[in-house]
Amino acid sequence: METRLYLLQRISAMVMAPLVLAHLGLMIYAIQGGLTAAEILSRTRGSFWWAAFYGLFVVVVSIHGSLGLRAILREELKVTGPALAVIAWGAGLGLLILGLRAVMAVVI
Amino acid sequence: MSASDKPLSVSIWRGTARAGEFSQYTVPRKKSQTILDVVSWVQRNLEPDLSFRFACRVGMCGSCAMMVNGKPRWTCRTHVEKAVQGNKLVIEPLRNLPVIKDLACHMEDFFDKWTRAEARFHPTKTRNDDIEPVRPDSPARILASQGIECINCAVCYAACDVVEKDKNYLGPAALTRAWTLMNDVKDRAGIKRLRAVSGPGGCHSCHSQQSCAEYCPKDLNPTLSIAGLKRMTAKAAIKGEL
Repeated sequence: METRLYLLQRISAMVMAPLVLAHLGLMIYAIQGGLTAAEILSRTRGSFWWAAFYGLFVVVVSIHGSLGLRAILREELKVTGPALAVIAWGAGLGLLILGLRAVMAVVI
Repeated sequence: MSASDKPLSVSIWRGTARAGEFSQYTVPRKKSQTILDVVSWVQRNLEPDLSFRFACRVGMCGSCAMMVNGKPRWTCRTHVEKAVQGNKLVIEPLRNLPVIKDLACHMEDFFDKWTRAEARFHPTKTRNDDIEPVRPDSPARILASQGIECINCAVCYAACDVVEKDKNYLGPAALTRAWTLMNDVKDRAGIKRLRAVSGPGGCHSCHSQQSCAEYCPKDLNPTLSIAGLKRMTAKAAIKGEL
């Protein structure tokens, strides 16, 4: 179990690294010319690639974030057993739902 | 009188885990004096009931480790001049281990974790079989050699912040021993040991902060050994063996 979670944490980090860089670069690029929200939405709406890019981003962030939180809770606050699983799953699913809602809002 | 001739001002922890305090002693400075020489001088001249462990005095047995000015050290091989600040020495029992009395700690947890990590030899042969040839330059033997000089002094265990936070964590010494055995062609514990080191508090709890490598008196790198176990367990998990 710990080995699988460790693998999931490392793989999600590997996937996330280029996505974070692209996301940061994109934000800096997008505000250079003073793009409006409407102009950004005109590019993202109906775009399969933006949906795929940010959809994947949200999935890996949810995995990575909830596993990181799980490690912190266990080490720092001594949370163990079912409580640890419930909080970690809750955080992961919460991030996933909120993130996917945000992605849908800009691509649909 | 130069700074190095000035008597040492030594604070030593006296008491048990429940109650205790630092006592102050003035100890004469000697040439090539070690920290173990200092506590031995205090015991022989001032406090006959001062408790501490030592045996070999030459850095082999691993029993004399203590905290010296906040750092875990093997006291028989640490010269005063290396650890002293001004003329002050603060000597405490090892961190992360329960104190029995004064500078002596319970080592039970430390060695129980070796057992939990399957950090013992599981032979493949009987006394009637021929000895397995091991080439010194074989890749597995080179990896095993990285951790083989461990003297079980628990300096790494005292240096580790993960041990401090997570009482369940096996610790750098037990995991290094497990890694050494995983690279021993004469050992057969394989997957059984990988299971033992990959549960809660196993090798994946290591944050690679490298305090163990920083303070190991034998210049071993337990972080590297633990990283090896992480790789090995990950490969076994991908193959479905764990």
